[in-house]
Amino acid sequence: MAEKKSLLNEITKGVIKENPTLVMLLGMCPTLAVTTQAKNGIGMGLATTFVLLGSNIVISALRKVIPDKVRIPAFIVIIASFVTFIGFILEGFVPDLYDSLGIYLTLITVNCIIFGRAEMFASKNGVVASACDAIGMGIGFTLALFLMGSVREILGAGKWMDMNIPVIHDNPMMLFIMPAGGFFTLGMIIAIVNKLSKKKPPQELGCHGCPNASACAQAGNGGCES
Amino acid sequence: MKSLMVILLAAMLTDNFVLSKFMGICPFLGVSKKLDSATGMGLAVTFVMVCATVVTYPIHHGILVPNGLEYFDTVVFILVIALFVQLVETMLKKCIPSLYSALGVYLPLITTNCAVLGVTVLNIDNGYSFVQSIVNAVGGGLGFMLSLVIFSGVRKKMEYADIPETFKGVPATLIAASIVSVSFLGFSGLFN
Repeated sequence: MAEKKSLLNEITKGVIKENPTLVMLLGMCPTLAVTTQAKNGIGMGLATTFVLLGSNIVISALRKVIPDKVRIPAFIVIIASFVTFIGFILEGFVPDLYDSLGIYLTLITVNCIIFGRAEMFASKNGVVASACDAIGMGIGFTLALFLMGSVREILGAGKWMDMNIPVIHDNPMMLFIMPAGGFFTLGMIIAIVNKLSKKKPPQELGCHGCPNASACAQAGNGGCES
Repeated sequence: MKSLMVILLAAMLTDNFVLSKFMGICPFLGVSKKLDSATGMGLAVTFVMVCATVVTYPIHHGILVPNGLEYFDTVVFILVIALFVQLVETMLKKCIPSLYSALGVYLPLITTNCAVLGVTVLNIDNGYSFVQSIVNAVGGGLGFMLSLVIFSGVRKKMEYADIPETFKGVPATLIAASIVSVSFLGFSGLFN
């Protein structure tokens, strides 16, 4: 029973307490880039979840085989293979989504969430726990993207999931679907999360698990020193 | 066929990698606190982008396409970039120590920078020729540096601002980035 509870905990922690995007501030690039529509947000979230699940399972299964020194290239190859795989699936079954995600689908390979979870969790834990962790993180990421996409689509285009929103649809605030609106919306959402969680707001980007964190700190920019 | 000048300016201004394509947001937010580090990072990214393009273009057109293996692009490119950054770092350390001391610390940061993988994939997707690809990489890198340098100036001013508690840190930085991005909107429509 205790084990069941802890597995459930692995799933739920990713959704709210350690939400990868809004609390840990990982994976900013896709969060900003594809969220001009709520639908794209869900698609990107699910594609990333799939890659995360696959890579977490494989990496945790191989964690005793991969030598520590070459783990980064090894992780990259595993992740890139899953990205290629999901690319084929999307191209074949949902070509519309494939077109609208475009290059960002390829760039899932360098998404810090996937790398971060591989480094922080999958390389230290068993297969089942890693799979649960991946599902939780994936759901958290998908929800965050869906939220971003909804806000931007409603305000910027006056639509939501193919429905027209009265009043706003006639005079949409175009700024929100432009790149500037992405930065603005994400900043506001993180501020609201800070306010609601009543914690000390995260002062810096989430660099834990980013393979570059130590190099960032070495460069002395203050970004990732912790 | 787009002229080289248009590709260069488009990659720098209208399609700025950071502010309109959202690639390389992590270094944009993490390494833009000081002007020095922003310049160093920008130069290092430009350098690696150009080199990565020079290396991946022949691999794609010379090895992968003739064998019908285009779908291996992602796997091959990311590995080549990772290896290449390592190689450049080692070589610079040995051969040009002065350049290494200026750029060395930033090089490892670039391996998983999505702008570098992004530019190589975009070159292939857009069907650019070899020269066009290199020009696109130079423009992308310079645009990256431009936005980092501008943003480091904005952040310096922000240090003296009295920001509400909730917005301190990342939210304020993101909203400042949004305003910088609005200024780049002014360039849109430059080439129509």
